[in-house]
Amino acid sequence: MNTSIIQSRPDFAAIAAWIPQGSSVLDLGCGDGSLLRYLRETRQVRGYGVEISDANIAASIANGVNVIQSDLESGIADFENQSFDFVILSQTLQATRHTEALMKEIVRVGREGIISFPNFGYWKNRLQVMLGNMPVSDELPYQWYDTPNVHLCTLDDFEILCDHQKILILGRHVMTNGSEVHMLPNLLGSTAVYRFRREA
Amino acid sequence: MSTSVGIVSAQRATFEAPFTFRSGAVLPRHDLVYETYGTLNAAKSNAILICHALSGHHHVAGYYADDTQNIGWWDNMVGPGKPIDTNKFFVIGLNNLGGCHGSTGPSSIDPRTGKPYGASFPVVTVEDWVESQARLADLLGIQQFAAVLGGSLGGMQAMQWALSYPGRVRHVLAIASAPHLTAQNIAFNDVARSAILTDPDFHGGDFYQHGVVPTRGLRLARMLGHITYLSDDAMADKFGRELRTGKLNFSYDIEFQIESYLRYQGDKFAAYFDANTYLLMTKALDYFDPARDLDGNLNRAFAPAQAKFLVISFTTDWRFAPERSREIVHALLHNKRDVSYAEITSAHGHDAFLMEDEQYFAVMRNYLSRINEEISS
Repeated sequence: MNTSIIQSRPDFAAIAAWIPQGSSVLDLGCGDGSLLRYLRETRQVRGYGVEISDANIAASIANGVNVIQSDLESGIADFENQSFDFVILSQTLQATRHTEALMKEIVRVGREGIISFPNFGYWKNRLQVMLGNMPVSDELPYQWYDTPNVHLCTLDDFEILCDHQKILILGRHVMTNGSEVHMLPNLLGSTAVYRFRREA
Repeated sequence: MSTSVGIVSAQRATFEAPFTFRSGAVLPRHDLVYETYGTLNAAKSNAILICHALSGHHHVAGYYADDTQNIGWWDNMVGPGKPIDTNKFFVIGLNNLGGCHGSTGPSSIDPRTGKPYGASFPVVTVEDWVESQARLADLLGIQQFAAVLGGSLGGMQAMQWALSYPGRVRHVLAIASAPHLTAQNIAFNDVARSAILTDPDFHGGDFYQHGVVPTRGLRLARMLGHITYLSDDAMADKFGRELRTGKLNFSYDIEFQIESYLRYQGDKFAAYFDANTYLLMTKALDYFDPARDLDGNLNRAFAPAQAKFLVISFTTDWRFAPERSREIVHALLHNKRDVSYAEITSAHGHDAFLMEDEQYFAVMRNYLSRINEEISS
């Protein structure tokens, strides 16, 4: 399963590559716990997931990872300052309500944060808006009326927020269809993974 | 396919060595009654201890050859193919010290006097129970439990195992439990105790010699308990304002269905449960507080624990509310212990921990499967 999970989620590979052996990891919105399990098996991390869905709680437990059932926006308050090496939020930022507060919480609890999200500035999204419709794609598979995504942003937007919050970006991977994008990332990248910490 | 463990029988262990309680009181010898299901493996690594709550006992699963209607109190959870799978685990249920189902308790004969212990039976604490359970484990040759688990007061014992014997328990499952009772919770227990203590048939705890039972007190205590074990919604759903005869009778007889139900439950309980045991159990609940000697600091209280934890709560349980379970989780997180927490959506209040529920059972099944893989590898 180790390789298959990485193939199906290229952002997981980028996240895993940043995490040294034996780190402590908090995965907000950990889903079925696959990433935590992969990190435990390949990096010996000590990890916890936070999840709200019943099915994902049962699945995470079946995957043998620690999981706490809680709303991730309120649940993170239970974790102490700088108590994890990494706090991960994968493909969830755009669906959070109190996004700004959550960003602050991530760098409070984690020495570093790692976030992946779909780039709303990706040219295919821009094109759909230009043609007069809200974008629908593999990464944004919802209609405007049923989407959980309330805070979509572009790479530029995210970096502006980091700047406002005195968050220092330490690394960035921009990808389209699993391949790294180097040129015009805000236009040509469909997904981004950022690594950051609070400015000292 | 999940089935019943089938016909079971209780066993009795006699401990000849004196047992010293936390209070300092001593029992020169005592018995524990227990049942086991499944087979202890060669490495003796697959044992699970189930600790019972206030009114529970050793008969956890299966039924008796001479009483097939007497089904164990957690038969839906424990059995072949069930979440606590007796094809994989060696499961032990016992009646706690001070109980009234065969283990030495207030209604047992004190060999020193030839009369029931009654009021002279020592006040027993959760720590005392864990000590006596450890002696039973020694007798059965179990050095380390794969898991110790229980609901409510049983969850407190499971947690105390991790604190008293960190090396002797791999996993603790604390279900619908709390790190200590709140003032409101102690207050409910005090009303229940007052009902028993003020019953004229109680005779200061020595009612056995008078040939009477403080039925009225015990019944009231159970009625009160029952109210707090159910949720407001569950009670409304089940009984609403329904009247037994369909009309008001302008009397103090049983009119509403809820009154009928509570009195039935109270009578049933008072017919078999020992009043002194009820007092002891509620006192053990009130006293449990691992942070008591640490300025109330639960983080420090859980520092000795080495076990991995599964903590489960139920959304409508207001007697052992989800917030209380989250306090346990918080203390374990502080100590960087392995812990998972599931908050089960249920309408059934505190009683939910005894009832079948898809999500609850999936969480239990998955967690116990992982334990099985861990001890098998």
